[in-house]
Parts: sequence; structure tokens; C-alpha cells
Amino acid sequence: MIQFDGVTKRYVDGTVAVDDLTLQIPTGQITVLVGPSGCGKTTTLRMINRLIEPTSGTITIDGEDVRAQDPARLRRGIGYVIQHAGLFPHRTIVDNIATVPYLLGWDKKKARTTALELMERVGLDTKMARRYPYQLSGGQQQRVGVARALAADPPVMLMDEPFSAVDPIVRKSLQDEFIRLQSELRKTIAFVTHDIDEAVKLGHTVAVFKVGGVLAQHSTPDELLAAPADDFVREFLGGEKGLKRLRFNRDLDRQDEPGVEAAER
Amino acid sequence: MNLADQIKDAWTWLTASAHWSGGDGIPHRLLEHLGYSALALVIAALIALPLGALVGHTGRGGFAVVTVANFARSIPTLGLLLLVVTVTSIGLTPVIIPLIALATPPILVNTYEGVRGVDPDIKDAARGMGMTGPGILLKAEVPVAMPLILLGLRTAAIQVVATATIAAYAGIGGLGRYIVDGLARKDYPSVVGGSVLVVLLAVIVQLAFVGIRRAVVSRGLRN
Amino acid sequence: MTLAAADGGEPLIRWDWIGDHTGQLADLTAHHLKLALLPILFGLVVAIPLGLLCARWRWLYPPTLGVANVLYGLPSLALFMLFIPYFGIGSGGRADFTIIVPLTLFSLSVLVPNVVDGLRSVPDPVRQAATAMGFGTLRRLIQVELPIAVPVVIAGARVAAVSSISLVSVGTLIGNGGLGQLFVDGYSRDFTTPIIVSCVLIIALALISDGVLVAAQRLLTPWARRGTR
Repeated sequence: MIQFDGVTKRYVDGTVAVDDLTLQIPTGQITVLVGPSGCGKTTTLRMINRLIEPTSGTITIDGEDVRAQDPARLRRGIGYVIQHAGLFPHRTIVDNIATVPYLLGWDKKKARTTALELMERVGLDTKMARRYPYQLSGGQQQRVGVARALAADPPVMLMDEPFSAVDPIVRKSLQDEFIRLQSELRKTIAFVTHDIDEAVKLGHTVAVFKVGGVLAQHSTPDELLAAPADDFVREFLGGEKGLKRLRFNRDLDRQDEPGVEAAER
Repeated sequence: MNLADQIKDAWTWLTASAHWSGGDGIPHRLLEHLGYSALALVIAALIALPLGALVGHTGRGGFAVVTVANFARSIPTLGLLLLVVTVTSIGLTPVIIPLIALATPPILVNTYEGVRGVDPDIKDAARGMGMTGPGILLKAEVPVAMPLILLGLRTAAIQVVATATIAAYAGIGGLGRYIVDGLARKDYPSVVGGSVLVVLLAVIVQLAFVGIRRAVVSRGLRN
Repeated sequence: MTLAAADGGEPLIRWDWIGDHTGQLADLTAHHLKLALLPILFGLVVAIPLGLLCARWRWLYPPTLGVANVLYGLPSLALFMLFIPYFGIGSGGRADFTIIVPLTLFSLSVLVPNVVDGLRSVPDPVRQAATAMGFGTLRRLIQVELPIAVPVVIAGARVAAVSSISLVSVGTLIGNGGLGQLFVDGYSRDFTTPIIVSCVLIIALALISDGVLVAAQRLLTPWARRGTR
């Protein structure tokens, strides 16, 4: 479990990105952080692996304060996926996926075997192993990004708008496979998005942030849709019309994929 | 002789009043130097700017431009000068031809790369608003490419100013006289003094381009 | 065997002269290459760490760039002169450094900005991803950013090598210019053949070196998109 306790991030110019945040990200579940731009969701995510240091408060993973650990070592134990994949252009796909295992000093052969297994796992043809990132489509690159984050089998994964830069059809298939993957792997995942549809679809729980880094509501998608905590959340969900559409889609998803429903509740 | 002595001697040479008047005086040599440099730069710009812009705009002939520029860059300036002097005679031509060969590649390549590299969306938007080829080139592509074009002109200008010292070998003066004559007479303060003047000129050219950049490049494109 | 007649009926090129001087031409070519390419090698050895330092501590870059720009504006002859007191005059041995050291400085004025630009060309998501996966600053610079900078660094090395090969010939004015020796030789005898031959050889050396560097880049960066550079 990742636990935020009274975490605040204030920049030198005085802007507050995250304001006195207390939040639990339960083990083995997907917690989606959602909100408009400037709401501090990405800052929150990046404080977990110390890409950003909080001004006050504590963040613990399974009871251990992240600030007690060496940042580089901490990060090698946490998977990280970002919007534009951030693949290393000078390394082949298989070597990209094996990046963290190499850093951890794994045997080269073992690292590559693991990488190849992961390629299959995320739905990539292993024939692509020797290719370079520029030879792949955006969706394929994103799959490599997910595989790379999983390579050292970290218990925790941080995902920052991982599916935002691809077209809607590819996005849907990436999301569906991500749900399938998570039902097998049961990682502790913090997932940032600005897309409420994605949040409701993927999250076991959804944390809605307001501008200024204030947590407005943290609940299951069903509770969120049934009882928005305040006007801000209601408006963010698109008002009555938006809520109707989201509830309708949610019912559709349930009918489509009964497995997901079982996994969620 | 150590560096401090070199500097001291050069300073004495530079500040001697005898060096500041007459046909072999610093002001006269400076003007000669600037004149040859400016002439070569203007001719090179007249060749390279339109050619580079056109090739960058049409996208045709890019490989040829880069190849020609590479070839021109590899021509030894001094060799070309002495060859032209030997074949014709001393005078302005043997100085200007190598300097043009020197100045053309950076202007050509930067103009070409600059215009070619303009974001396709900008060109598309310009066409969508009803601009035609020449309009797009002059009102959209060239202004956006201006920082790179100026960089090419600056590089060319500095190289020309530094290299115009060879004019002395064609018997037409310039700051190179102090270097070449000093070398022949083993008068090192003159050599170092002449070099310092050339360096100062190069620095002034640099600064001038900072000013030109302010004046010519849109504020939306700086940085 | 005349190519064209210059004034006075003297042929522009006398082919028999070339045949009589192949040995000398070969020696001068080898020496020319040494004088021109060692500076590029030294330049890379200095520019890469220097560029890394400038990328690591950004405040270092503006003054470094300023020095590089001033170096670039120096007349090569003046810079050669500056080193005569230290390494002497003439050709071969220690005196070669009178040419090699200034040309190394010139190559730095091209290479350092290119190393820094190359390091800056690394896309932001790539840098972020590396940090987030647990690369320390140094390891990230060397294993991620430097390899990605290679195409830009080689582009700089190409410009530096071609200019260096051309600039060596200026050294002839202080008695050590590789193939440039033949310029003055021909000029003083009003004899065009050596000047043309050495010019052609210098251009050929420049173009061949350029080709070798292009090939090296293809080999070193199979990951680079074709046609972008």
C-alpha cells in the first residue's frame, strides 16, 4: 500500500501543487488520479518515486518512508510509464525492455529472456525484438513502455497518461489489455489521466483532484457516479448529462466483459 | 619569449602612433580589410540566399546543395588564391574568388536547412489562407527560418574576416599585411598586433549580428 | 599533354611532373593527414567531457561557447604563430604541434557546441524515463544521452575534419603545411601544376574523410531514422 500523509508540495514561487494530501493507494489495485490540468495529479505521482520531493508530509510504501531510500534504487523497484513512452531510441526493443534488469545487474541472457516473455505478454510479436523504436507505431511503442516498466517485476507501477497520445481505437485496445494484464499481475498501480472515461473504466478507485492540489473525492467508480461529493466533481463528470453517459457506458462495459466486473468487485 | 612578453610587445606595437596614419596605417588597412570582406560576403549572399531558399522551398535538389557546399568547404582557400594569382595576376579577383568560395557553404546550407525545416503545419496554414508559393516563401518560411539564416551569415562573415588576411598575398593590403610582412621580417609584435586586430574585428562582427538578430528576427522566434 | 593553355603557352598541368613526384606527393599526403586528423581526435577527446560538463552544469556553457566563438574567429595563421615559441618552426617532430595544437583549438570551437546541442537534442520523455527507471545523473549522461547525441557530434566532426584538412595548408606559410607546401613551391616558380595537384589532393582527402565519417555514423547509429540527418 502507498500511503500519503499530509503531503504538501509548494514551489519556491509560492504556488501550491499539492495541498495537504492524505490518500491511500491499496495493494494490488488500480487507483486512478484524475482532474483538470494544474490539479497536481502528476506531481502527486512523481513524488512517489521522488522525481519530485514533497515540501512536507510523508509518503510510505508498505510502511517504509520513500525518503529513507536512495532515489535511484527506489526507482529501480517501481515501474514507470509515461505518455510518449520515452523509449531509448538507440536501443533495440528487447534492450529497451531489459533496461531496469540491466541496471539491477541481472545476467544479460536472463534479462533478454524475460524481455521476450514480456513482449508476448503485452501483445507484441517477438519478431520485433531486434527493431528500433522508430520502426514501431505509437501504440506498439506504448506496449513496449508497459513491458519495460514490468521487466523487473516491480510490485508498484506509476503510469502518467500512458494511453493519451494514441488514437481512440488503439487506446481502447490498450486499455482492455491493460485490464486483462492487471487481473493476472495484481500490481499496485497509481494511474494519472485527465480523461474521466478512462478513470471510470480502469480504476478500482478514482481520486478526483481540484486545481490547487486538493483531493475532492476518492471512491469507487460506482460511488463516484452515484454520489458526486460536490459541485466541482459533478461538473468535472460533465453534469447530469455526463453522469448519464458515464453510467450508461459503465453498464455496457459490464455486459461486454463480465470478467472485469468479477475482478473489480 | 613567453605569452606575457608577446602581449606586451603587441600592445606597444598597437599603440605606437606611427601605426595609426598613412597608407600602411591601421585605419587604412582596416578599411581595406572590411571592404574585401563585405564585398565577398555580399556576393556570396546574393548567390546562396536565393538558391538555398528556393531549394528549401521546393525540396528539390537538397542533396546537390549539401554536396556542393561540402565540396566548396574542402577547397583550400590559400591554394585557390595562389592558383588564381599565378594564372591571372595579383589584384582583387584572386582575393575575392576564394573568399566567396569560403562564405557560400554556410549561408547556402543554413538557408536551405532553415527553410526546409519550417514546420509543415505553418506552410499548410499559409496555403490554406490563400498564399501562393512566393508568398509562402517570403512571408512565412523565410521569417521563420531567419534565426538559422542569420547564423549562416554570421559564420560566413567571421570566416571571411579571419581569412581576408590572405589579401596581403595578392598585394592588395588589408590587415594581413601586418601578419605577412611581420612574418617576412621576423617582426613578431607586428604579427601578433595584426592578429589581435583581426580577432577584434571578428568579435565586432559577432556583436553586430546580435544587433541584426534583434532587428530582423521576430520576437516570437527568439530564444 | 596539355589540359589548357595559360598565358605564355605554359600548360596549366604538366602530367609528367606528377609522374616524377609520386614519392614526394605520397609523403606530403601522409603528413597532411596526420596534421589535419590528429586535431580532430584530440578535439573529440576534449570536447566530449567538456560538453558533458556543460550539460551537467548549465552555467558553464555560455562562457565556454563565448571562448569557442572567439577561437572560431581567429585567423589560423595568427594562431599558428602563437605556438611557434613553444613548439618551434619547421616540419616534423615537435614542430608539428605548432600546427596540431591550434587546429585542435579550432576543432573544439565546432565540436563543443555540437556535443552540447547533441546532448540537448535528447527528447525530454527519454530523459525523464531514464531518471524514473533509476539512472543516476552520470550513468544517464553516458549510457543514454551521449549515445543519442552521436549523430550531432559526428555532424560536427564532419565540418571540423573538412575545415581542418583545408586549414593545414595555411601552415605552409610557416614552413609546415603538408600538401600546402606545394602551393608556395608552385607560386614562387610561377608554375601551376603543383598548386593544382595539391588542391585536388586536399579536396579529395576532405571528401574521403567526410565519406568515412558518414559511414561511421551509419555503423554507430543503426537506430537513427534514415534521411533525418
